[in-house]
Amino acid sequence: MEMTGHPASQPVFTAAERWKKRLPYVIAYGVLALTTLPVIFMYAWLILRSFSDKMVYGIIPVDFSLENWRFLWSNIDQRGSELPSIWTATRNSFLFAGTLTVLEVMIGTMAGYAMSRMEFPGRQSLLKVTLLLHAFPSVSLLIAVFYILNFMGLYDSIFGVVLVKTALQIPMTAWIVKGFFDDVPWDLEWAGLIDGCGRLKVWFSIVLPYIRPGIAAVSIFSFLSGWSEFLLLYTFVISDENITLASYLQRLISDPNTVNYGLLSAVSLFYMIPVLLFFIFTQKSLMQMSVGGGKYV
Amino acid sequence: MRIELKNIYKSFDKKTNTIENLNLTVEDGEFTALLGPSGCGKTTTMLMIAGIYKPDAGEIRFNGQNVNALEPKDRNIGMVFQSYALYPHMTVLENIAFPLKQKKVPKKERIERAKKAAEMVKLDGLLDRRPGELSGGQQQRVALARAIVKQPKVLLLDEPLSNLDARLKIEMRAEIARIQKELGITTILVTHDQEEAMTLADRIAVMKDGRIIQYDTPAELYKNPKNYFVAQFIGTPPMNFIKGRIADQQLQIAGKSYFLNRSEFDLTEDREVIAGVRPHEIQFDRGGDIRMKGTVELVETVGYAKIVNVKVEEEHFRFFANTATSFLYGSEIEFSFPSASLHLFDARTGASLKREAGKEKELEAIGL
Repeated sequence: MEMTGHPASQPVFTAAERWKKRLPYVIAYGVLALTTLPVIFMYAWLILRSFSDKMVYGIIPVDFSLENWRFLWSNIDQRGSELPSIWTATRNSFLFAGTLTVLEVMIGTMAGYAMSRMEFPGRQSLLKVTLLLHAFPSVSLLIAVFYILNFMGLYDSIFGVVLVKTALQIPMTAWIVKGFFDDVPWDLEWAGLIDGCGRLKVWFSIVLPYIRPGIAAVSIFSFLSGWSEFLLLYTFVISDENITLASYLQRLISDPNTVNYGLLSAVSLFYMIPVLLFFIFTQKSLMQMSVGGGKYV
Repeated sequence: MRIELKNIYKSFDKKTNTIENLNLTVEDGEFTALLGPSGCGKTTTMLMIAGIYKPDAGEIRFNGQNVNALEPKDRNIGMVFQSYALYPHMTVLENIAFPLKQKKVPKKERIERAKKAAEMVKLDGLLDRRPGELSGGQQQRVALARAIVKQPKVLLLDEPLSNLDARLKIEMRAEIARIQKELGITTILVTHDQEEAMTLADRIAVMKDGRIIQYDTPAELYKNPKNYFVAQFIGTPPMNFIKGRIADQQLQIAGKSYFLNRSEFDLTEDREVIAGVRPHEIQFDRGGDIRMKGTVELVETVGYAKIVNVKVEEEHFRFFANTATSFLYGSEIEFSFPSASLHLFDARTGASLKREAGKEKELEAIGL
């Protein structure tokens, strides 16, 4: 047998041909660079502004200073009234996002399992309605939610908003989790049943570990959405000791005449740090999201 | 443990029955195969024995006791799945010990027994691996060890060999046979591979469309298939068939008429028939009393013999020939077989027209 594809027969390109080959890449990278530039510019501005006294020509920082970060060690005074400590807000934000995650994942996995595996009347319509529920903008529910929270004595309580947010998030979470459960082979569950487990035990010790990447992804997702929640918290939580970071930021810009942009940048960055750290450590699990996703109704 | 299935019905869509009036008895310690094409209900039957599915009607009995309402975990069965269904987040040892853990066996004893089971299926040195790091054959051994570790009364095997390559298949087949004999455990094997069923099982239930067509020993299925379906399903290479008819108590095939032994075949009615003969019964000479001519289409060498494919009118025949014989493609040859080796089936119903001569004689002998 004669060997084919001899190294000597490799094609030789002229400079023009090489350019022609590269052209699509040049165009693609060019377009991408142009469209990402504003985003990069915004972040750059944010970082530079937070560490400087003022900016000239919009973008050139002048005088390095940590003055804008003083909120970390002292309380901010705004128009005579003192803002609550940033650490209170941070604690509350963590509390809110954390409780939300725990509740959402717990309920979501159970609901997702039922939707994926169990036969019950109305299952099909339930699947469709849950998706519809997710399509509701939460702002349209504000008044109704206010009445209910007020009635239950949960107005101005973080836990009350956690409940509202959980209810709004559950449909989507359950749908995503259902997608992961759909991928668990029946054989695996049956093996568990035959090996001596009850149905609940199978779920807990075989099925859940199997979809661990999915649960991780959903947890991260719900934590992030809890961390960035603003509208519900701003509307239903008013007292200072229950303030969260998003509302804290809002306080800083509430009066357009006295906005301290340096301080605002610094607090914004501070608000972003946990998200960035979180993303760096969990992005591998986050990528699993595409694996799940509802497939079968 | 003796397993009985009585008048079992199972339907998944409430319109058609997946399993229809199924009756089956597996004696204690017996190795039974459920054999049939895919979709014939054999796996459904097995899952009902396991307790995963509940029959719509009928009774399942273990040692005479009705177990219809018993959960799978209380039935004391071990099962090997086609996909092996190993727990991916556990090591091999944890996988094997899992059934014992559910039975609350103390940890030390658990590990000891799991190791012993692993030894039995020749799985040493892999106990700390995860299933994902094992080859298909090794995974299959883990699944087998997990199934036998709790010393179940019944072992269920659902197409256990279908994901293995041909060589490994033969090896695992012997392994399964050995373990089954060693433990003396009542075993039910589901398979679509007739060779697997023939080599492993004491008795085979041939299934089609949710019914058992014939339940017999492998030898009996091979020698006396009750109908056309069983005849064409059992045996490699498969039985040869040719269309013909019975007229005036004679068999007409390939343009000739033959007188057959009337104590062996039911020739009373004139009808269309399908005649069948096993490849190994055909000789490449004029020795048999039924002779045919055909053209050579293909010759396959299998080492110890040649398989000759011959076209006779519109039908195709296969038979074995000596490796020394050479055949010319397209040439006409003559072959023959004894009429005693013939199988006859009603072309419409598929029922065998062979009289159960042996059985009738037996009955006469005991005075009936």
